[in-house]
Amino acid sequence: MTATDAPVAAGTWVEIHRVVLHVHERAPHIPDDTRAVPLELRVKGFLATAASAGDEVEIVTSAGRRVRGTLIDVNPAYSHGFGSPIPELAPVADEVRALLRGRGRTA
Amino acid sequence: MTDDSYAAVMAERAAIVRDSVGLDYDRYTCGVLAFDYERLLADTGYDLDTARAVQRSTGVGSTPLVELRNIAALVRCVAPPGKGARIFVKDEAANPSGSFKDRRASLSVHAAMRRGYAGVAAATSGNYGAAVASQAAKAGLRCIVVQEAFDSGGFAQPEIAEKTRACEGYGAEVIRLSVGPEIFYVFLGVLRDTGYFNASLYTPYSIVGIETLGAELAEQVRAQTGRFPDVVVATHAGGGNVTGTARGLAKAGATETAVVAASVDLAGLHMASDRDFNRKSFTTGHTGFAMPFTTWPDRADVPRNAARALRYMDRFVTVTQGEVFYMTEVLAALEGLQRGPAGNTSLAAAFAIARTLDADRIVVVQETEYTGAGKHPLAQLNFARQMGIEVRRGDPRDNQPGHRIVIPEDPSQLAVVDVDLDEMRRLYLRRALDSLPPGARASETDLDFLAADTRTTRARLEELLHALR
Repeated sequence: MTATDAPVAAGTWVEIHRVVLHVHERAPHIPDDTRAVPLELRVKGFLATAASAGDEVEIVTSAGRRVRGTLIDVNPAYSHGFGSPIPELAPVADEVRALLRGRGRTA
Repeated sequence: MTDDSYAAVMAERAAIVRDSVGLDYDRYTCGVLAFDYERLLADTGYDLDTARAVQRSTGVGSTPLVELRNIAALVRCVAPPGKGARIFVKDEAANPSGSFKDRRASLSVHAAMRRGYAGVAAATSGNYGAAVASQAAKAGLRCIVVQEAFDSGGFAQPEIAEKTRACEGYGAEVIRLSVGPEIFYVFLGVLRDTGYFNASLYTPYSIVGIETLGAELAEQVRAQTGRFPDVVVATHAGGGNVTGTARGLAKAGATETAVVAASVDLAGLHMASDRDFNRKSFTTGHTGFAMPFTTWPDRADVPRNAARALRYMDRFVTVTQGEVFYMTEVLAALEGLQRGPAGNTSLAAAFAIARTLDADRIVVVQETEYTGAGKHPLAQLNFARQMGIEVRRGDPRDNQPGHRIVIPEDPSQLAVVDVDLDEMRRLYLRRALDSLPPGARASETDLDFLAADTRTTRARLEELLHALR
């Protein structure tokens, strides 16, 4: 998310958001915690005309569709990764190699 | 002006599905409950040879079969004398988008292209979306993938975040949704508005595409060892993997091979719960899909599911999340293969099963999947901790889905828990009886169908039905 509401140029790769189903519109037979929140949608595409974050905008998606929603992010990052090593997993490799060595097997 | 309301779109469901799959499922009805399953599959126009030809043309299949000698040696460290079977793995990560799902996507995309659809769409948060996007990119078709991706706090599962990136990397539009079964409503709306082909996981194309995997592995095991495998373990969720693999094995002549379905135990976590969504450390291959789809396959997004796992499984087992993460580490440490983690569900089960078999027996793990950012035990366990889940070493029996992930302390602790197949049959048959129209009776054709669909004899079927009535 950009920190300012500076104008975003048409043709910029952005993400939009909209509520697909409000709480009272949700399907029957879903758990209470899910029913208590709306069904939300996010999709990315190229901004059709210049706008600012928070504006209602139209984008052109990779499939060529024109979709409307609230502009929430500009050039959105892929932020998933690996994170820190997990101490509970770290010793496993040495443990199983030692087991094999103990049996005279090559690991 | 089209009506986009939930009620209006769901009311159009049958017509949208028929047009988007291009199949009139009513043609195959042959009883009150029964349908002609084999004819539904045959009418795709693809047999084993033509499926192979299509897949060869897009770089799908012909993946290596690798013997896991060091893991088998580790099994023998913890097995009784003379026990500890040989273990092989089919390295399906070598497919174009990194998983066996390319086999499922290849025939759907080929059929869509042949029949003149402008694009393909799929509702999936998993590897299948990347597979459809990859195959569509090569075919020059537009692609839309609809994902259940984040909870109401905006947190995305790392594994699903990686699938978003992969699909977008192949040029697909990715519609990301918060949690809920209404993903189907959004997906139907997309199909209606675009006229795209519905590359459902559950069409006959998707299943025939996997038959090549079963056939290939049977042929490769025979070429390397002189005989067919004794056991093939398949990670089980919606049922396609088990169904297609078992059918392919049979077509290659490996009719004596036992097919074991393996799922991660996520008992107690609700699949449609906003809260539970990010407390699952696996996004597929788990009981949240496997149990409902085994006991009622026609809950799918097409009227007749071509994935019918109960028809094909000889055994159904569960393993814990911690055991799968542990085996994922072992695979990297001893075999130099970083794969999964989700595909290693069957490897964890195979380890436990190999321990009980004679040393000359052959067990095959029939898939791997690519690993990477988000799709790795580190990413999954860091995220689990962030969601308040305890991660510790110990006895995997202390695992508690959504609360505690226990990494085994020793390979001897790896075990499978058998699911009672008769209980699966009873649940299936209860649904079948409940779906009978008022006053209708199951015909001979229906009873034969139910016996085949639950992999039992007519006599045993009648006993099970009698007990239910």
